[in-house]
Amino acid sequence: MHPITTVHYLVLSVALLLIGTIGVLTRRNIVIVLMSIELILNAVNINLIAFSHHLQNINGQIFAIFVITDAVAEAAVGLGILIALFRNKETVLADQIDLLRW
Amino acid sequence: MLDTIFFYLFALLVVGGGILTITRSSAVHSAICLIGSLVGVAGLYLLLHAEFLFAVQIVLYIGGIMVLFLFVIMLVNLDEAARERQFNGQWWLALACVVVVGLQIAWFMRKGAGAFKLAPAAAAAASAAKGNTEAIADALFSEYLLPFEIASVLLLVAVVGSVVMAKKRI
Repeated sequence: MHPITTVHYLVLSVALLLIGTIGVLTRRNIVIVLMSIELILNAVNINLIAFSHHLQNINGQIFAIFVITDAVAEAAVGLGILIALFRNKETVLADQIDLLRW
Repeated sequence: MLDTIFFYLFALLVVGGGILTITRSSAVHSAICLIGSLVGVAGLYLLLHAEFLFAVQIVLYIGGIMVLFLFVIMLVNLDEAARERQFNGQWWLALACVVVVGLQIAWFMRKGAGAFKLAPAAAAAASAAKGNTEAIADALFSEYLLPFEIASVLLLVAVVGSVVMAKKRI
Protein backbone atom coordinates (compact mmCIF):
# COMPACT_ATOMS: atom_id res chain seq x y z
CA MET A 1 0.00 0.00 0.00
CA HIS A 2 1.17 3.49 -0.83
CA PRO A 3 1.50 5.99 2.02
CA ILE A 4 -1.17 8.67 2.10
CA THR A 5 -0.09 11.93 0.46
CA THR A 6 -1.74 15.28 -0.09
CA VAL A 7 -2.98 14.11 -3.49
CA HIS A 8 -5.24 11.55 -1.80
CA TYR A 9 -6.90 14.29 0.20
CA LEU A 10 -7.29 16.46 -2.91
CA VAL A 11 -8.96 13.64 -4.85
CA LEU A 12 -11.32 12.99 -1.92
CA SER A 13 -12.20 16.67 -1.70
CA VAL A 14 -12.89 16.85 -5.45
CA ALA A 15 -15.18 13.83 -5.12
CA LEU A 16 -17.08 15.47 -2.27
CA LEU A 17 -17.32 18.76 -4.21
CA LEU A 18 -18.77 16.99 -7.25
CA ILE A 19 -21.28 15.05 -5.12
CA GLY A 20 -22.41 18.33 -3.60
CA THR A 21 -22.68 19.99 -7.01
CA ILE A 22 -24.82 17.15 -8.35
CA GLY A 23 -27.05 17.48 -5.28
CA VAL A 24 -27.50 21.22 -5.73
CA LEU A 25 -28.27 20.90 -9.43
CA THR A 26 -30.63 17.92 -9.42
CA ARG A 27 -32.60 17.80 -6.17
CA ARG A 28 -35.99 19.50 -5.90
CA ASN A 29 -36.24 19.60 -2.10
CA ILE A 30 -34.72 22.83 -0.76
CA VAL A 31 -33.64 21.25 2.54
CA ILE A 32 -31.50 18.74 0.67
CA VAL A 33 -30.10 21.49 -1.56
CA LEU A 34 -28.94 23.27 1.61
CA MET A 35 -27.37 20.02 2.84
CA SER A 36 -25.52 19.69 -0.47
CA ILE A 37 -24.12 23.19 0.06
CA GLU A 38 -22.79 21.98 3.41
CA LEU A 39 -21.09 19.10 1.58
CA ILE A 40 -19.42 21.57 -0.81
CA LEU A 41 -18.16 23.71 2.09
CA ASN A 42 -16.75 20.61 3.76
CA ALA A 43 -14.87 19.75 0.57
CA VAL A 44 -13.32 23.23 0.67
CA ASN A 45 -12.32 22.68 4.30
CA ILE A 46 -10.63 19.35 3.56
CA ASN A 47 -8.67 21.07 0.82
CA LEU A 48 -7.60 23.95 3.07
CA ILE A 49 -6.48 21.70 5.90
CA ALA A 50 -4.67 19.27 3.60
CA PHE A 51 -2.62 22.17 2.26
CA SER A 52 -2.14 23.56 5.77
CA HIS A 53 -0.59 20.21 6.65
CA HIS A 54 1.34 19.98 3.41
CA LEU A 55 2.97 23.40 3.82
CA GLN A 56 3.19 23.22 7.64
CA ASN A 57 1.42 26.59 7.80
CA ILE A 58 -1.34 27.39 10.27
CA ASN A 59 -3.13 29.91 8.03
CA GLY A 60 -5.10 27.21 6.24
CA GLN A 61 -6.75 26.18 9.50
CA ILE A 62 -7.65 29.81 10.24
CA PHE A 63 -9.35 30.05 6.85
CA ALA A 64 -11.20 26.81 7.60
CA ILE A 65 -12.55 28.41 10.78
CA PHE A 66 -13.87 31.34 8.74
CA VAL A 67 -15.44 28.95 6.24
CA ILE A 68 -17.21 27.17 9.11
CA THR A 69 -18.45 30.55 10.40
CA ASP A 70 -19.87 31.31 6.96
CA ALA A 71 -21.50 27.89 6.81
CA VAL A 72 -23.24 28.51 10.13
CA ALA A 73 -24.52 31.93 9.05
CA GLU A 74 -25.68 30.55 5.70
CA ALA A 75 -27.50 27.62 7.29
CA ALA A 76 -29.27 29.84 9.84
CA VAL A 77 -30.43 32.41 7.27
CA GLY A 78 -31.27 29.75 4.66
CA LEU A 79 -33.43 27.77 7.03
CA GLY A 80 -35.12 30.99 8.19
CA ILE A 81 -35.95 31.81 4.57
CA LEU A 82 -37.20 28.25 4.11
CA ILE A 83 -39.60 28.58 7.06
CA ALA A 84 -40.90 31.91 5.72
CA LEU A 85 -41.36 30.37 2.28
CA PHE A 86 -43.19 27.35 3.62
CA ARG A 87 -45.53 29.61 5.56
CA ASN A 88 -46.45 31.55 2.40
CA LYS A 89 -46.33 28.92 -0.36
CA GLU A 90 -46.87 25.58 1.46
CA THR A 91 -44.17 23.89 -0.57
CA VAL A 92 -40.47 23.04 -0.24
CA LEU A 93 -39.91 22.03 -3.86
CA ALA A 94 -37.58 24.44 -5.60
CA ASP A 95 -39.29 24.40 -9.01
CA GLN A 96 -42.71 25.24 -7.57
CA ILE A 97 -41.46 28.51 -6.12
CA ASP A 98 -41.73 30.62 -9.26
CA LEU A 99 -43.09 33.98 -8.09
CA LEU A 100 -40.48 35.82 -10.13
CA ARG A 101 -41.01 33.83 -13.33
CA TRP A 102 -42.23 36.00 -16.19
CA MET B 1 0.09 1.63 7.85
CA LEU B 2 -2.59 2.40 10.42
CA ASP B 3 -2.85 5.89 8.91
CA THR B 4 -3.61 4.39 5.52
CA ILE B 5 -6.33 2.12 6.88
CA PHE B 6 -7.97 4.96 8.78
CA PHE B 7 -7.76 7.28 5.76
CA TYR B 8 -9.61 4.82 3.55
CA LEU B 9 -12.15 4.15 6.30
CA PHE B 10 -12.92 7.85 6.72
CA ALA B 11 -12.89 8.44 2.97
CA LEU B 12 -15.45 5.67 2.53
CA LEU B 13 -17.58 7.26 5.27
CA VAL B 14 -17.33 10.71 3.65
CA VAL B 15 -18.10 9.66 0.08
CA GLY B 16 -20.71 7.05 0.98
CA GLY B 17 -22.48 9.44 3.34
CA GLY B 18 -22.40 12.16 0.68
CA ILE B 19 -23.87 9.94 -2.02
CA LEU B 20 -26.60 8.69 0.31
CA THR B 21 -27.35 12.30 1.33
CA ILE B 22 -28.20 13.36 -2.19
CA THR B 23 -30.08 10.20 -3.17
CA ARG B 24 -32.40 9.44 -0.22
CA SER B 25 -35.95 10.66 -0.68
CA SER B 26 -36.68 11.22 3.01
CA ALA B 27 -35.08 14.41 4.35
CA VAL B 28 -34.50 12.86 7.79
CA HIS B 29 -32.56 9.97 6.25
CA SER B 30 -30.56 12.51 4.24
CA ALA B 31 -29.71 14.45 7.39
CA ILE B 32 -28.54 11.30 9.19
CA CYS B 33 -26.35 10.29 6.24
CA LEU B 34 -24.95 13.83 6.20
CA ILE B 35 -24.03 13.42 9.88
CA GLY B 36 -22.07 10.29 8.92
CA SER B 37 -20.27 12.22 6.21
CA LEU B 38 -19.40 15.04 8.61
CA VAL B 39 -18.02 12.55 11.16
CA GLY B 40 -15.77 11.20 8.41
CA VAL B 41 -14.53 14.72 7.64
CA ALA B 42 -13.80 15.22 11.35
CA GLY B 43 -11.74 12.03 11.34
CA LEU B 44 -9.75 13.33 8.38
CA TYR B 45 -8.99 16.52 10.33
CA LEU B 46 -7.62 14.35 13.12
CA LEU B 47 -5.41 12.47 10.64
CA LEU B 48 -4.11 15.84 9.39
CA HIS B 49 -3.16 16.93 12.94
CA ALA B 50 -5.83 19.65 13.09
CA GLU B 51 -7.16 18.72 16.51
CA PHE B 52 -8.89 22.03 17.22
CA LEU B 53 -10.85 21.86 13.97
CA PHE B 54 -11.77 18.26 14.77
CA ALA B 55 -13.45 19.45 17.96
CA VAL B 56 -15.05 22.41 16.15
CA GLN B 57 -16.40 20.10 13.45
CA ILE B 58 -18.00 17.76 15.98
CA VAL B 59 -19.42 20.47 18.26
CA LEU B 60 -20.45 23.05 15.67
CA TYR B 61 -21.42 21.02 12.61
CA ILE B 62 -22.85 17.90 14.12
CA GLY B 63 -24.06 19.45 17.36
CA GLY B 64 -25.20 22.78 15.94
CA ILE B 65 -26.00 22.84 12.25
CA MET B 66 -27.39 19.34 11.99
CA VAL B 67 -29.67 19.83 14.99
CA LEU B 68 -30.87 23.03 13.30
CA PHE B 69 -31.57 21.06 10.12
CA LEU B 70 -33.48 18.38 12.02
CA PHE B 71 -35.53 21.03 13.83
CA VAL B 72 -36.50 22.63 10.54
CA ILE B 73 -37.31 19.26 8.97
CA MET B 74 -39.72 18.60 11.82
CA LEU B 75 -41.16 22.13 11.69
CA VAL B 76 -41.78 21.99 7.96
CA ASN B 77 -44.10 19.23 6.82
CA LEU B 78 -42.02 17.18 4.40
CA ASP B 79 -44.24 14.09 4.11
CA GLU B 80 -45.92 15.28 0.93
CA ALA B 81 -42.64 16.37 -0.61
CA ALA B 82 -41.14 12.91 0.05
CA ARG B 83 -43.88 11.30 -2.03
CA GLU B 84 -43.32 13.52 -5.07
CA ARG B 85 -40.68 13.28 -7.76
CA GLN B 86 -37.31 13.92 -6.13
CA PHE B 87 -35.13 14.99 -9.02
CA ASN B 88 -35.66 17.70 -11.60
CA GLY B 89 -34.58 17.10 -15.18
CA GLN B 90 -31.17 18.75 -14.93
CA TRP B 91 -29.05 15.62 -15.20
CA TRP B 92 -27.37 16.87 -18.38
CA LEU B 93 -26.31 20.09 -16.62
CA ALA B 94 -24.99 18.20 -13.60
CA LEU B 95 -23.15 15.77 -15.86
CA ALA B 96 -21.61 18.64 -17.83
CA CYS B 97 -20.42 20.33 -14.60
CA VAL B 98 -18.93 17.08 -13.31
CA VAL B 99 -17.10 16.39 -16.56
CA VAL B 100 -15.73 19.94 -16.87
CA VAL B 101 -14.58 20.19 -13.26
CA GLY B 102 -13.20 16.65 -13.27
CA LEU B 103 -11.16 17.27 -16.41
CA GLN B 104 -9.88 20.55 -15.01
CA ILE B 105 -8.76 18.98 -11.74
CA ALA B 106 -7.18 15.99 -13.50
CA TRP B 107 -5.24 18.33 -15.75
CA PHE B 108 -4.02 20.43 -12.82
CA MET B 109 -2.94 17.35 -10.91
CA ARG B 110 -1.03 16.04 -13.90
CA LYS B 111 0.70 19.40 -14.31
CA GLY B 112 1.42 19.82 -10.60
CA ALA B 113 2.26 16.21 -9.75
CA GLY B 114 5.86 17.14 -9.08
CA ALA B 115 4.91 19.61 -6.37
CA PHE B 116 3.08 16.97 -4.33
CA LYS B 117 5.95 14.50 -4.26
CA LEU B 118 7.33 15.96 -1.03
CA ALA B 119 4.13 15.30 0.86
CA PRO B 120 4.77 12.57 3.39
CA ALA B 121 1.68 13.25 5.49
CA ALA B 122 3.39 11.87 8.59
CA ALA B 123 6.35 14.26 8.92
CA ALA B 124 4.25 16.75 10.84
CA ALA B 125 4.83 16.21 14.54
CA ALA B 126 8.44 17.37 14.36
CA SER B 127 7.59 21.02 13.73
CA ALA B 128 4.82 21.20 16.33
CA ALA B 129 6.65 22.94 19.15
CA LYS B 130 3.41 24.31 20.57
CA GLY B 131 -0.03 22.77 20.48
CA ASN B 132 -2.44 23.13 17.61
CA THR B 133 -4.99 25.16 19.57
CA GLU B 134 -2.31 27.52 20.86
CA ALA B 135 -0.94 28.10 17.37
CA ILE B 136 -4.43 28.82 16.00
CA ALA B 137 -5.16 31.24 18.84
CA ASP B 138 -1.86 33.05 18.29
CA ALA B 139 -2.59 33.57 14.60
CA LEU B 140 -6.30 34.32 15.06
CA PHE B 141 -5.88 37.00 17.72
CA SER B 142 -2.88 38.78 16.23
CA GLU B 143 -2.65 38.53 12.46
CA TYR B 144 -6.32 37.80 11.78
CA LEU B 145 -7.91 40.01 14.44
CA LEU B 146 -9.83 42.21 11.98
CA PRO B 147 -11.34 39.29 10.00
CA PHE B 148 -12.26 37.73 13.35
CA GLU B 149 -14.21 40.83 14.37
CA ILE B 150 -15.87 41.04 10.95
CA ALA B 151 -16.92 37.40 11.34
CA SER B 152 -18.58 38.28 14.66
CA VAL B 153 -20.51 41.08 12.92
CA LEU B 154 -21.53 38.59 10.21
CA LEU B 155 -22.87 36.21 12.85
CA LEU B 156 -24.81 39.04 14.48
CA VAL B 157 -26.37 39.91 11.10
CA ALA B 158 -27.25 36.25 10.57
CA VAL B 159 -28.91 35.99 13.99
CA VAL B 160 -31.00 39.11 13.43
CA GLY B 161 -31.83 38.03 9.89
CA SER B 162 -33.01 34.57 10.84
CA VAL B 163 -35.16 35.92 13.67
CA VAL B 164 -36.79 38.41 11.30
CA MET B 165 -37.33 35.68 8.68
CA ALA B 166 -38.99 33.33 11.14
CA LYS B 167 -41.36 35.97 12.52
CA LYS B 168 -45.06 35.65 11.66
CA ARG B 169 -45.59 39.24 10.45
CA ILE B 170 -42.65 40.92 8.79
